[in-house]
Amino acid sequence: MMSPDQVLSQFQATGVQTCFHDRHIGAQIYAGLDGTNWRLADYEARGGYQALRKILTEGLTPDQVIAEVKASGLRGRGGAGFPTGLKWSFMPRQFPGQKYLVCNSDEGEPGTCKDRDILQFNPHIVIEGMAIAAYAMGISVGYNYIHGEIFQSYDRFEEALEEARAAGYLGDKIMDSTYNFQLHAAHGFGAYICGEETALLESLEGKKGQPRFKPPFPASFGLYGKPTTINNTETFAAVPWIIRNGGPAYLECGKPNNGGTKIYSVSGDVELPGNYEVPMGTPFSKLLELAGGVRKGRTLKAVIPGGSSSPVLPADIMMACTMDYDSIAKAGSMLGSGAVIVMDDSRSMVESLKRLSYFYMHESCGQCTPCREGTGWLWRVVDRIHNGQGKATDMDLLNSVADNIQGRTICALGDAAAMPVRAMIKHYRHEFEALIPGYVPKTPAKA
Amino acid sequence: MNNPHSLAGAKPLSAAAFDRFAREVAKYPADQAQSAVMACLAIVQQEQGFVSLENEKIVADFLGMPPIAVHEVTTFYNMYNQRPTGRFKLNVCTNLPCQLRDGATALAHLERRLGVAMGGTTADGMFTLQQSECLGACADSPVMLVNDRTMCSFMSNEKLDQLIDGLRASQASPQGDAS
Repeated sequence: MMSPDQVLSQFQATGVQTCFHDRHIGAQIYAGLDGTNWRLADYEARGGYQALRKILTEGLTPDQVIAEVKASGLRGRGGAGFPTGLKWSFMPRQFPGQKYLVCNSDEGEPGTCKDRDILQFNPHIVIEGMAIAAYAMGISVGYNYIHGEIFQSYDRFEEALEEARAAGYLGDKIMDSTYNFQLHAAHGFGAYICGEETALLESLEGKKGQPRFKPPFPASFGLYGKPTTINNTETFAAVPWIIRNGGPAYLECGKPNNGGTKIYSVSGDVELPGNYEVPMGTPFSKLLELAGGVRKGRTLKAVIPGGSSSPVLPADIMMACTMDYDSIAKAGSMLGSGAVIVMDDSRSMVESLKRLSYFYMHESCGQCTPCREGTGWLWRVVDRIHNGQGKATDMDLLNSVADNIQGRTICALGDAAAMPVRAMIKHYRHEFEALIPGYVPKTPAKA
Repeated sequence: MNNPHSLAGAKPLSAAAFDRFAREVAKYPADQAQSAVMACLAIVQQEQGFVSLENEKIVADFLGMPPIAVHEVTTFYNMYNQRPTGRFKLNVCTNLPCQLRDGATALAHLERRLGVAMGGTTADGMFTLQQSECLGACADSPVMLVNDRTMCSFMSNEKLDQLIDGLRASQASPQGDAS
């Protein structure tokens, strides 16, 4: 008779579909992974910890490390796309007290599942990236805050930390230098809002994850009120390659202002959902092809290009885009976390928006009135339209509620709830109107 | 159980749980033990199946924080169970990327198969079925999380049936251990 753990083990992801396939292009973070080679010795065999060794043995200064990262054009992979080297340079170098480094592995933006595969199959690349970042900013303590729902990846990261400590890559006097860095893992337990960096800090302090007002920014008032830098998992994972090969080489992999490779999580109506690591600036059409194209030979209808919070783009606009921060922004959306949600021509945009609106209502932390009340209002209105009980004034009402949330809250969750509504109405207004009994459009259906 | 918050019949936390608490506290500065509260409550839940008010007080005492501050954490984060659940808590993701790949179908299949509505527990106390928000495994849809710690991927109706049958069978055996 099997134990529960034995029963469940039959249903666990192997990573073959999402990560160990031959459909990456120029992979750096996912290169050479097979699910069994996550341990320290395997990572070292792939060139792991050579970047940290180079810094410490060749005596690269913190300024040189930051200059290299600036030259790489690396931008934050968590969603905002802020230049990483610039962020690192904001940390007060001469601050006399404790400073902290935090990795945001609270990957909960619907559509995003790239950091899970990094942590599960290549955890040491994150540890090395964090150790390099901490060196560059003169930080001696770090935490990796991991999404509670991927508890197995949290356990794996703890194991990797033990290996790194035992090998002398973490701890005191790393590689016989004067550099000390202690790194620990922490976990969430089911709160989307903790992906917001100041909510994450509150959670790491053992509190409700309610975002802080900014300024002050974490670089001056972060964890326990001390200067803190927070980067995404994939951002840290990009760093060792940059140090080994040089910033300009990394920039060269992508396109100007958008250096390196990026991991896209492709979900929804494609034949081969999964993670795809490709150079920045890869055409969307190529990414769609890597993911096997639209499912069952159907036609592409729309794409949410950067996680559920990014505005939806119709197929024709999307097919003209390349996958990088600038191209997607120019098209009116955001690259966000690189979570590409694909929808085919059978999909109802009203139903899709209804599910997203429910999510934001559920995950609003309740701190700001426009978000707490507005997200529920949005969901109720979309729900009644979907049920055929919408009112003639509901389209204007949705836009009005969205307007009154956006830009009026402490954190970006309010914006994230409002933007999908506005984009869905902008591009697919006729689908909503068609469900409202007796609706007579005041304006032409197409925006 | 008339009062789910009652301690009556509940086993006290094991010594091993307190050892694990101490390892979590050691990660943080000496004056920041509160930082370990998330992990301690997850340990309580792993051992007892839920977080009772009594155990919130025990965690509060261990970390030197007010019980109400612990209760704020238990009630804020979705994964903490404030009352007992079935032996196996099944959380099926139905967020948009999963909705596009049979997440809702999986939930509906389990509702029929287990004879409970979303949020309910089977009469034999074996399964609690819940809808969940994004688990962060969107390309694996349909996905579900079992007892907070084990993600199950690509859960077609056939696999869901195998999982239910397998877990039921595991409980019929005297060797079936706690996961």
